[in-house]
Amino acid sequence: MKDLLTIDQLGADGIEEIMIAADSFAEVCQRPVPKVPALRGKTIASMFFEDSTRTRNSFDTAAKRLSADTMNFSAGSSSVSKGESLRDTVETIEAMGVDAIIVRHKSSGAPQQIARWAQASVINAGDGWHAHPTQALLDVYTVRQEGRGFDGMKVAIVGDISHSRVARSNIEAFRTLGAEVTLVAPPTLLPPSAESLGATVSHDLDSVLPDTDVLYLLRMQSERMNQALVPSLSEYHRTFGLTRDRARRLPSKSLIMHPGPMNRGIEISPEVVDDPRVRVLNQVTNGVVVRMAVLYLVLSSAAAERTSA
Amino acid sequence: MIAEPRLTRASTGRFEARTQVLTSDDVARATRRMAHEILERNHGLTNVVFIGLERGGVPIAQALAKALQSIEGVEVPVGSVDVSFYRDDIGSVALLPEVTKIDFPVDNRDVILCDDVLYTGRTVRAALDAVTDFGRPSSIQLAVMVDRGHRELPIRPDYIGKNLPTSRGEVVRVSLDGVDLGVVVPEEQE
Repeated sequence: MKDLLTIDQLGADGIEEIMIAADSFAEVCQRPVPKVPALRGKTIASMFFEDSTRTRNSFDTAAKRLSADTMNFSAGSSSVSKGESLRDTVETIEAMGVDAIIVRHKSSGAPQQIARWAQASVINAGDGWHAHPTQALLDVYTVRQEGRGFDGMKVAIVGDISHSRVARSNIEAFRTLGAEVTLVAPPTLLPPSAESLGATVSHDLDSVLPDTDVLYLLRMQSERMNQALVPSLSEYHRTFGLTRDRARRLPSKSLIMHPGPMNRGIEISPEVVDDPRVRVLNQVTNGVVVRMAVLYLVLSSAAAERTSA
Repeated sequence: MIAEPRLTRASTGRFEARTQVLTSDDVARATRRMAHEILERNHGLTNVVFIGLERGGVPIAQALAKALQSIEGVEVPVGSVDVSFYRDDIGSVALLPEVTKIDFPVDNRDVILCDDVLYTGRTVRAALDAVTDFGRPSSIQLAVMVDRGHRELPIRPDYIGKNLPTSRGEVVRVSLDGVDLGVVVPEEQE
């Protein structure tokens, strides 16, 4: 695996490989010194053409715990703002000698394009509405940690599906592992071809709730209001938010997940945030663990392919 | 049986035994002898802990601990360490790591590292780094079932089940059922 661009490229075996490696890195992260020399001498560049604090910090922490050197590149403070083309930017970064490039871009497909240009490994940290594979991997890892099988598991993804790369990658990941995915959203926030994603579609959260093992809430972005896709945030909360009443009707063994940052009072009521079924902080912790596994596997297998070639 | 390592890519060959070097009784006798040597060298077991190297060394560590249990009636802590993240050749072998389990303090203890086969010494070098990440033992000693020679680093074992001269092309397979010397033959491509 030279690059990690989408979940689909992995298949069930590829996901399982990452989960097995992640178990080892979870142990490393609990040590008094949570650091191993696995990627000593490797340089990992983060190219974030779109703002992100947590994903960037998560990757950065993962790289440092593997003893890699890191280089940070933000579009705002770089020559992109001076009009440099994407290709020139990538070639410049690569000429400095990097082994992996972590890319976040507002345009779908940008990481694929960069992977075609670059010798270095490319890891997609979110592109447009297309994919966010490491988010989906940390999500399935968080569910797997509960020791439950994915076969026949019922996953409900609630919120703005049409603008969500997190939803797309999670649908792929959960379905690949054998779970059944239901998308819950108003028609205005569903892509026209929602069923073609391989998921069931519902507009009624209350009917889906009682039969849900994993309730995955998406972040509601306030700019969607301006586009008149949702009447108001309080209206959204009443129909699609996890209220205290709905939390009561969610089975006791279900998990509540959210990719963050949470909008309290919109996707989730403030009083539900501390519910014992909420796994949001586990997701954050596992984000570092799973990204260590991805960086390790991508960079060690890239080296193996070079030696055998 | 000692499990095969899990490969991220399909394995490229299969082990074919040529000579049996030790029977399962021989392995049991060598284990008991090494247990006595460990006891003698460390003046008892009060400060001793075992750490097996994943994957082949873990059953050896467990067998030594079991032998000491029957000799002294003392239960010795047994941990395991996976050295994948400490290797000097990351990438040239695509192995999936096992989870390291050292759930006891190693500070000021006498750590007995256990492995099935001692060859170049590079795995042991990596294990020394891994174990010292957990603390500062008062000593680290090395127990191996088979020493096959060809060292590339200044590392020597303290307890040896069997000295076995080999050529580099040969492969030694160790389990509690016995020790075989053989070769790896390439798998027929489908």
